[in-house]
Amino acid sequence: MRFTLNGREVDVDVSPLARLLDVLREECGLTGTKEGCGEGECGACTVLVNGEVVCSCLVPVAQVEGTEVTTIEGLGDEHPLQRAFMDEIGAQCGICTPGMILTAITLGSNPTLAQIREGLAGNLCRCTGYEAIYRAIQRAS
Amino acid sequence: MRNVVGQSVPRKDGIDKATGHARYADDLRFPGMLFGRTVRSTIPSGRLAGVRLGFDPTGFTVVDYRDIPGQNFIALIVDDQPCLVEHDIRHVAEPVLLLAHENRDALLGALVTLDEEPSDPIFDPELSPTAFKTILIEKGDLAAGFAGADHIVEGTYRTGHQEHVYIEPQGVIAVPEGDRMTVYGSIQCPFYAHKALATVLGDAVSSVRVIQTETGGGFGGKEEYPSGIAAHAALLALKARRPVKLVYDRVEDMVATTKRHPAIVRHRTGLTSEGRLVAMDIEIVLDGGAYTTLSPVVLSRGAIHAAGPYRCDNVRIAARAMFTNTPPNGAFRGFGAPQTQFGVEVHMERVAEQLGLDPVALRERNLLRPGDTTATGQLVGEDCSALEVLRTAVRRSGFRRKRRAYAGTTRGIGLAMYWHGSGFTGSGELKLASRATIELTATGVRVLTSSTEIGQGTRTMHAQIVADALGIPYEQVEIAAADTGVVPDSGPTVASRTCMVVGRILQRAAEEIRAKLGESTPAEYFLRHGPLRVTKQYEQPEWIRWDEINYRGDAYAAYAWGCDVVEVELDPDTWEVRPLRVTVVNEIGKAIHPALARGQTEGGTAQGLGYALLERVAMRNGAMANAQLTNYIIPTTMDTPKLDVVLLEHPYAGGPFGAKGLGELSIDGPAPAVVNAIRNLQLDVRSIPALPETIREAACASP
Repeated sequence: MRFTLNGREVDVDVSPLARLLDVLREECGLTGTKEGCGEGECGACTVLVNGEVVCSCLVPVAQVEGTEVTTIEGLGDEHPLQRAFMDEIGAQCGICTPGMILTAITLGSNPTLAQIREGLAGNLCRCTGYEAIYRAIQRAS
Repeated sequence: MRNVVGQSVPRKDGIDKATGHARYADDLRFPGMLFGRTVRSTIPSGRLAGVRLGFDPTGFTVVDYRDIPGQNFIALIVDDQPCLVEHDIRHVAEPVLLLAHENRDALLGALVTLDEEPSDPIFDPELSPTAFKTILIEKGDLAAGFAGADHIVEGTYRTGHQEHVYIEPQGVIAVPEGDRMTVYGSIQCPFYAHKALATVLGDAVSSVRVIQTETGGGFGGKEEYPSGIAAHAALLALKARRPVKLVYDRVEDMVATTKRHPAIVRHRTGLTSEGRLVAMDIEIVLDGGAYTTLSPVVLSRGAIHAAGPYRCDNVRIAARAMFTNTPPNGAFRGFGAPQTQFGVEVHMERVAEQLGLDPVALRERNLLRPGDTTATGQLVGEDCSALEVLRTAVRRSGFRRKRRAYAGTTRGIGLAMYWHGSGFTGSGELKLASRATIELTATGVRVLTSSTEIGQGTRTMHAQIVADALGIPYEQVEIAAADTGVVPDSGPTVASRTCMVVGRILQRAAEEIRAKLGESTPAEYFLRHGPLRVTKQYEQPEWIRWDEINYRGDAYAAYAWGCDVVEVELDPDTWEVRPLRVTVVNEIGKAIHPALARGQTEGGTAQGLGYALLERVAMRNGAMANAQLTNYIIPTTMDTPKLDVVLLEHPYAGGPFGAKGLGELSIDGPAPAVVNAIRNLQLDVRSIPALPETIREAACASP
């Protein structure tokens, strides 16, 4: 199975029905993508496939063949959203943070609060009450 | 040197979390590692007659109670909870058999049949014949109080289970190293797990070590429960002689692990015609589930907070935690106090109504003031802020104006007062005798405690306290991992004690080091004189007196105070109530890190809104029937309204830089404030979660 992962071609030898989440974590060694529920409710496993938000726990790896997959590791360590999450204490326990940041990337520049709320509706956070996450996204944009 | 206490400095762990580098339990792999699985009972009550393996055991490690080299219980308060079932089954999802295999598909595919002989279960805590703990708090003369009352108001209030839903499910990895056992895991209290492991493993190992991995939320759910998971993984690892990873999926996590205790709270209250409280008679029943676990201490905190932040000369609080055939209920942020404060605050709203008093005026008349005494007879200090938080919240939220404006509309507004004692109850801190260490390094200092970082900001806040107490830059303070092989036992990371209690011990240790350093920096001193370590132990403030038998005296060293105002909107077609805005005023002594403190307060408030309106655990035949995030609903961004948080500071002299505990405080207020806002819509709801069904029932019952 071939796809582009964080800008690099990868070729993995796995069952086509393997969850993208497991392939990323176990075959590719990228553990920044987290499993929270395994049923597409919490968004901790969010990655971008061709720039769109998907829950990698719901996606068989066969579906990403030939696509571009971006995980949190693909942002490097200096992305403005990462900085902003740090500065605004947008991460508490941090387990939802990679998924939050990847979703936030797709919100475009200067999203309104209503757009941020709607955009993040599929990413659960149990620590923050979301306010600090809004502050981080607004600071970065 | 610029002070960092009171500044929102960068989190010590912020960048690792924002970049995905932070390593949680499931992110770790060890050579030769197996995956573990727990086979669980399927009946709420009965006997285990046999276990049949329907698979070829080659390549599997199989463990049952006969493989336990030490004692078969999870060490906590009472030794009644087996590590693995022998014969008696007391609840659904009780661990019976453990399996490990290197291939996860083979592991999950292995068929095990349990021969279970059911007996009649007990699900109603009020009908249960067995109490884990009873508590009686008595103050003044209750009969005389009622005799002098012009009004008597009665009411019964109920709260349901609540699931923690830390986004990272439970997980540990046990690694055998020679005759030693090391467990890595998502663990709030490494020394609890350490004690449980030592008990279960007995002489089979020479030593046990527990190392906390980055932890994706806890909220109490990773306080006591991981001790059992650690023991299970270690038993498998011991037998396999290989590392074993035991990580729950969400369904197992929700079915098997602890929840907030459901509660029934009954109030009978006497008042004078002016609305002064003269008698409070309170009965509390907690559903403890099938084993003792932490129920006695949850009950204790619940009982002590049950009369709310009010002064009343004649009080009786009779509380009991009861056995039922459901998975044990356990620690959850607030620890009994949210349940009992729901009762008293929803009741106070009914009291105001019956007496024809304004809800703010009734509370103003009765709130504790410095010099008053609580139900246990504790004299409240100068830092008592009950009146101030009420007045601030009322003013800031426009409570009176909106209450008038919303009359007759689909909008309602309600408020709730609350308080929360910091640290262990009574003489608990004295018994814990927590220790904390600071040592010099070549670049500054290292802080060694068993306090865990579970998102709340332990590392950052401790580093700030130490930096300012030593007069060195924040960046020069390093925080050691919570590793029982390295750090002293600073007590568990619970009870809003990590800042106020452990932070204070660190402050004292830092002050001692500072005196030794003279004019040198820590690094200079280290290079010149070599290592220097200072360990300090908790010292109880000399004024604290506590009578454990009669529940009299100083229950907590300090209290934090809160008032929430919640505005809601009712959809008259669906009976759904949505929160529109929450004003939270919390008085916390001192915000060591204002952004972290605000984050804790916002998060606790959101969790409280879920408790109030969304989070229903549907129990069917003793098991959670909706054990998925698809149908156990926690607040999303769309369910969480604007949270307007105000933090006030009235320092507590015994806390570091005046800090009190704040982590739990904010969970106490939202539920009663929401239900009081619903009452403002003329709907008589007395239980949570206030789902549309609950609200519709109330509407049909209302005159």
